[in-house]
Formats: sequence, C-alpha cells, structure tokens
Amino acid sequence: MSRPAPSPSAATLPVSLAANPRLSSWLEFSAEGRVTVRPGKVEIGQGIVTALAQIAADELDVDMARIQMVGASTAASPNEGVTSGSLSIQQSGRALRYVCAEVRQLFLEAAADRLGVERTSLSVEDGTISGPGNVRTSYWELAGDVALERDATPGIVPKPATERRLAGDSVHRIDIPDKVFARPRFIQDVSLPAMLHGRVLRPENSCARLIELNEDGARAVAGLVAIVRDGSFAGVFSETENGAEAALKALRKGATWSEGEILPDENDLAAFLKSQPLESTVISTKPTSTGGDGKRTIRRQYTRPYIAHASIGPSCAMAQWSGDKVHVWTHSQGVYLLRTDLALLLKLPAESITVEHLEGSGCYGHNAADDVALDAVLLAKAAGGRPVRVLWSRADEMSHAPFGAAMAIEIAADLDAGGEVLHWHHQIWSNGHAARPGRAAQPALLAASELANPFPRMISTNPPQASGGGADRNAVPLYDFPSWQIESHRLLTMPVRTSALRTLGAQGNVFAIESFLDEIAAERGEDPLAFRLRLLSDDRARDVIRAAAERAKWKPPQQSGIGHGIGFARYKNMGAYCAAVAEVEIDKDIRVRKLTLAVDVGEAINPDGVINQIEGGAIQATSWVLKERVRFDRQRITSTTWSDYPILRFREVPEVEVELIQRPELDPVGAGEAAHGPVTAAIANAVFDCLGVRIRDLPITRERLIAAMESAP
Amino acid sequence: MPHVRFRLNGVEMNIDADLDRSLLDILRGRFGMTGPHFGCGAGECGACNVIVGDRAMSSCDMPLWSVADKDITTLEGLGSANAPHPLQRAFIAEQALQCGYCVSGILMSAAALLKRNPAPSRDEVKEALDRNLCRCGAHNRMVRAVLRAAAEMAAP
Repeated sequence: MSRPAPSPSAATLPVSLAANPRLSSWLEFSAEGRVTVRPGKVEIGQGIVTALAQIAADELDVDMARIQMVGASTAASPNEGVTSGSLSIQQSGRALRYVCAEVRQLFLEAAADRLGVERTSLSVEDGTISGPGNVRTSYWELAGDVALERDATPGIVPKPATERRLAGDSVHRIDIPDKVFARPRFIQDVSLPAMLHGRVLRPENSCARLIELNEDGARAVAGLVAIVRDGSFAGVFSETENGAEAALKALRKGATWSEGEILPDENDLAAFLKSQPLESTVISTKPTSTGGDGKRTIRRQYTRPYIAHASIGPSCAMAQWSGDKVHVWTHSQGVYLLRTDLALLLKLPAESITVEHLEGSGCYGHNAADDVALDAVLLAKAAGGRPVRVLWSRADEMSHAPFGAAMAIEIAADLDAGGEVLHWHHQIWSNGHAARPGRAAQPALLAASELANPFPRMISTNPPQASGGGADRNAVPLYDFPSWQIESHRLLTMPVRTSALRTLGAQGNVFAIESFLDEIAAERGEDPLAFRLRLLSDDRARDVIRAAAERAKWKPPQQSGIGHGIGFARYKNMGAYCAAVAEVEIDKDIRVRKLTLAVDVGEAINPDGVINQIEGGAIQATSWVLKERVRFDRQRITSTTWSDYPILRFREVPEVEVELIQRPELDPVGAGEAAHGPVTAAIANAVFDCLGVRIRDLPITRERLIAAMESAP
Repeated sequence: MPHVRFRLNGVEMNIDADLDRSLLDILRGRFGMTGPHFGCGAGECGACNVIVGDRAMSSCDMPLWSVADKDITTLEGLGSANAPHPLQRAFIAEQALQCGYCVSGILMSAAALLKRNPAPSRDEVKEALDRNLCRCGAHNRMVRAVLRAAAEMAAP
C-alpha cells in the first residue's frame, strides 16, 4: 500500500531553513574538490552526522568521501536549536536536502552559462558537470563563481525518492574508525595548549549551601593554580588532572555545608507527586459522540521512578577567556541555547561568547553537559587566559545532573456491558520534563543557583503538545475510543531536579496505556493483539503491529515460566511507529529473552542506523524496566555509583530483532526514541502473561513481583 | 621520586612517579593516551580497561606499583588503521557501537578473551564482557563483532 508523499508546500521552506536561510551557512565548496557541510544538529552517539552527510552527498551528486562534516559552533553554524526529540533527520536533514537541491541548481545554471548549453541537458556525477558533446566542468571549478551568500528560495523541488542513490543505503558511520583506533574524538580526549584541569566541589545533600570553606589543605597540593569561590560554588584548577583531583579532595575536607532541602519518600512517589502544588492542564478532550452509558468504571494507577542519564563518560567541558570574550567547548545538545544562558549569567553580549560542539559520551537528553560548561567558564575566568578543562565525577554525574521525572499516571475507563471502552480518562502527576538552557528569562545551569547572587533553581516545565508535549507526551491515545479526557498535573516544586530524558513522558504514558489495554483485553478474554487491531484505524500503526506479531509468531503456545507481551506507540503521536513483542522468562529472577520489533520511520536514510537506534532503545528500555531507579534518602541522592544504580549487563541483554518497514516515499522521522515506550509495555505485559500478576510500578524487580504475588487474590 | 618499569604496547618504560597513582592517570596524564577512558574511577564500568599480562583489567583503580615489570596493552597497542586488529575490523563491519565511549575498554576485554579462548561461544563472549558497561545498548552488535573477529582469526 502506498500513499502520496505529503508534498512540501511550494511557498514555504523547511523549518530549519526558514530560520537559517543563508545557503552559505550550510555549505561551502573548495576548489580542491571538497564540500564542507555545517549542520546545526550534533552527533550525540546516534550516528546523525553520517545520515546528514548521506543526504547532502545524494542531493548534490558527490561521493561521500568529498563531504566534510563540521561540528556546530555559534561562530559559523546555522542555529537549529537543540538536538533532541528525534528531530534531526526531520529538521536538519530536510533543510540540507533543500539547500543542496538549490545549490546543485545554482551550479548547473553557472555551468550552462560557461559551457553555452541548456541547463536541462547537463548532469552531475561526483561533482563533475557534463553535457552534450563532452563539455564538462565541475563544482570545484565553479566554486569561485557561484555565490552562496544568498537566501534559500521557497519552492525548490529535491530529487524524487527513486533517483536517490545514497539515502536508503546502510553507509558505514564516519565517526566509528576514530573510535576503534583510539584517535581522540571525544571532548574528554581533547587537549588544548597550556590547558589546566579543573574540578568543582558539590554538596552531598541536595541544595545544601556552602557555609564555610577552609582552603588550607587544597592550597598545599602540588600543582594547584587557583581556588575559585563564589557563594556555594567552589572549585579548583591545577596544572595536572591528578593535582586537581587531590586538591578537590582536600577542599571537600575543608567544607562545611548547610543541611539542604528535604527529599521525598522514595518508596511512595505517587503520594508525593499527588500532594504537591500543581498546575493542571487539559491536554486533549474528545467529546462523546455515541452518548453510551458506562456500566462500570475501572481505574488503575501506574508509576515510573526518577531515571538517571548515566552516560558512561562523565560530563566535560573546556573554556578559555580572552579579555572579555570566552570560547567554550562542549558536548551540549544546543550550542546557541547554552550561549544564551551563559550570556544571561555573565551579563555579556552573545557575540562575546563562542560555543563549539565536540562529541561526548552517549547523550540521552538534558544531562550535565551544559552545567559543566558553566563550571569551566567560571573557573577559567581566574586562569589568566589559559584554557580550563572540567570533568565531573561519576558521583556528581549520578546525583547532580537532571533526572528523567518520576510519574504517576491514573487511567479510568468507562466500559459498556460488553466490556468495550466508552470513555477514557488519563491523568498524569509529574514534574516537568524540560528545564533546558536558553529558553527562559533566567539561566537553567546548575552553578547559576550556587553563586553568591544566585538565580532561583528553575522548575522544569513541559513543551507544548504541538512540539510533542512533555509529561503528556504520548498521553493522547491512538486508539479509536469514543471519548476521552487527558490531563496533566505539573508539580510546582522540584526537590529532585528533572529535565528532558529520552522520550520525556512517553515511556511512562505508553507503559500505562498499553498495560491498561492489556488489562481490559484480559478481562474481556480477548487476545491483546486482536484487541489492539480492532481499535486502530491507522494503517501504518496496524502494519507495524502485525509485522512484529508475525515475526514473533504471535502468540506462541503458553509455556510454564515463559510469557509474551505486546506494546505499541507512534512516538509523539506524529513520529515513528513502533511495535514490540517481548518474551520473558521468570524463575528466581526476571529475564527478557527476546524482543521483536517492527518500526516505520517513513524514508529510512540509513537503514542500519535506524535499526541500531531501535536496538539500542530497546535494550536501554529493558534496563530501565528491570533495573533502574534513582535512589535517595530524605537528604541526598544515594545512587551515586554503578553498584547503587545498576544497569543491564551483557549477560542480561535480550536478543533483539528489528523489522524495518521501508516507505521511501514518505518524509523521514527520527528513530532514537521510538522503542522505549512499546518495549516497556511489552515487558510488563509479558510478565502478566507469565505469572498472571500485574506490575504497575516500574522498575519490575523480583521484590516487586514477590510483593504482587503475595497480595494477589 | 620512586621508580617503576613496565612494558607499554611493547615499549620498555622507565618512569619516576608516585606509585600510588592509578595506571589510568599515568597513561592519560603522563603519556597523553586517549584509548583508555575514564568512566567511574572505581573499576565498575570497564571504560578504562587495558590488558595487563593476559587479562583485561580496569586501570582507574590499579595502583602503579602493581604493574611493575608487567606487560600492558592499551587500545593504541591493539592495532591501527593501517594494521587493524581483527576486532577493530569487525567492530567497523558490524557498526558495533553507538557513542563508542565504552568501546575502548570493550575491545580490550574482547582481545584478552580471544587470546585465551580463540573460539568462544556467544555465551562466553557475553561472560567476558559482562564487567563492561554499555549505556547505548549496542551489546548484541558487539557480541556479533567479537564472534566475527574470532571466525576471521580462525580462518586459514
């Protein structure tokens, strides 16, 4: 089945291009045969740079080898906001496709002039332009003649899908050789001339203030260059990394802190979330059309805990001042947004600050990348023009970086006499899922709240539904219920710091919706697959569910100790479609043996890249579901090591099979967050299938299973 | 300043250093190496793994004195783009990473495994990598890559 591609309106530019229309900000051609491509989106371990290079090479008709991808910098790159929300292919990819299509056309016009032939008679192969009678020139020859200092023209038509040669190929990623051959590529591995090493002192207790600081011990450490203190912000920098560590250790001994703020009871998150001052919003209402009478209402509550980003590499940044200008190297997801916050805090014009991206360890959302950049800027201010590199500790990474927000979700369904859903009421209690820098009247960076003249700690909010929502992401059901009401209650307090973690609220909402559907199907005695298909009219949704089910041979015969479950979502209700079937085995412990997924991202630019993202998402979600939960007592975060915050290990990793449904004629969407919700739900549903008990609180651990079985009727 | 000798990627090293400093700190801080990565500082994640003798071990919690007279191999010593180790070739062929930060340590664990067991089973590979953490979820690709390298090394 194929449908016409949603054709771009002739009069408008893709969103990133409309914001950055100057063609030269995206592309540059050299006489030596190279094309420099400058996307505003950044590599965060997802392979995006390769996919964007593919799009550019394809549209320009040049070999990939000629493309040089340059990391985002406020000095030169288009401003594409933040690399998040699985939007890089959609936004940067689309912009690049249109830029390259137009630039190719400009070169063809210049070539036609020079060669004295019709433009339409010319063709391009690897940058060489040729036409009738063997006339030829090239992008490289014409590079000086074609002015890209002009704005993009609306209405340009890129190549049709059938003429693309690279998009749709599993081209090898361009960053991998560096990473397996130990060539420095990560920010943690970059060394600047005369670089100093900095460390920042952070309290154990949440939001504790630094009352007293005895610096004597730290001053005695060899190599120490300076101690910086501003209110509760304190740090050191040294000629050596070892020296910085030793000085920090000494400084910690000399620090006296206030008690800090009280944290919630980690064992009753739902009660905490529901007892706080709230801002309530109706997200979506579907008024009843049938006016059917509910015979009974069933109501269930599902929760998920705070979840840590927990990248393997701690956050790192470098900063160097020159007079009243500062240069910052960062693995932030948004160089311009970080610059906005730095400008606010430093009271400097944005032009005085250059923020340049370097690759960091895997990024799954708003982690400490931006915070450590401010740390480096504050320390470097005292470094007399030398660059200062700051690296966070494992413990700080696990306790001071923002977390994915805990959620309590309650769904009530009015059922008719036959057990069909008449009305669906979904409510969410959660902190906001976004407190990114660069978007508010005050900085969102950690140290901003620690200074002697502090900014208040920014309470996280939620992006609007039009951008996919935050806590409410994926809360609007995709099923054809006759009526519904969806509400989000955002906390106005934030004792545990939260911001964007992969999928925002979608993992929690999909877990709740897909678990609840399963509960209703079970009550009806209906197969959960058939139940879902009956309630879905979107063909692409039905296709991924059928594909995953078929591949997993749904439903394998019941076997003791083994269970199967299914989960589905369309990410953000407008992104990638994904369905998952989980096979779990439960004896002493719960093991996910196998995950079978089907995914539809429209056009897959790099199919293996999409599959890699889905596999990774599926495995990370399995880790969240089986193991992860930020731990705290009433004073401090206690899960500060890998022992206290275990993640899935090699021996626990399920087999993962991914079927990609290719739709080259449809606009591409991102794959990075599509799998988490469906996999979470599929595992929970498989646990129910195996044991007949329903776990509604994540993570699904052995202890929770035992407790649920003991309280089962 | 005390003195210590060891072999690093086949080269004799003779250095003066505080013997309680970690091997990782010396490799990165003194020798400017970027193969071994700092991850946790507590020997819990494996990002800093190097091969000492014939075993993969974390270098962040390994005091310098403990490697006196030992043979140490880092990712830099495993192979290069011009002369890649089969594992490095296999990780590229399988596109066996996402961010790749953990891969430097995982390659060392895998190399140590293939040295002592040239034909590991899938489960043996998982077992050998179990102390290495990967947050991106590239585990299955990495296991495939190790099996591919083993097969390549076994081929006549």
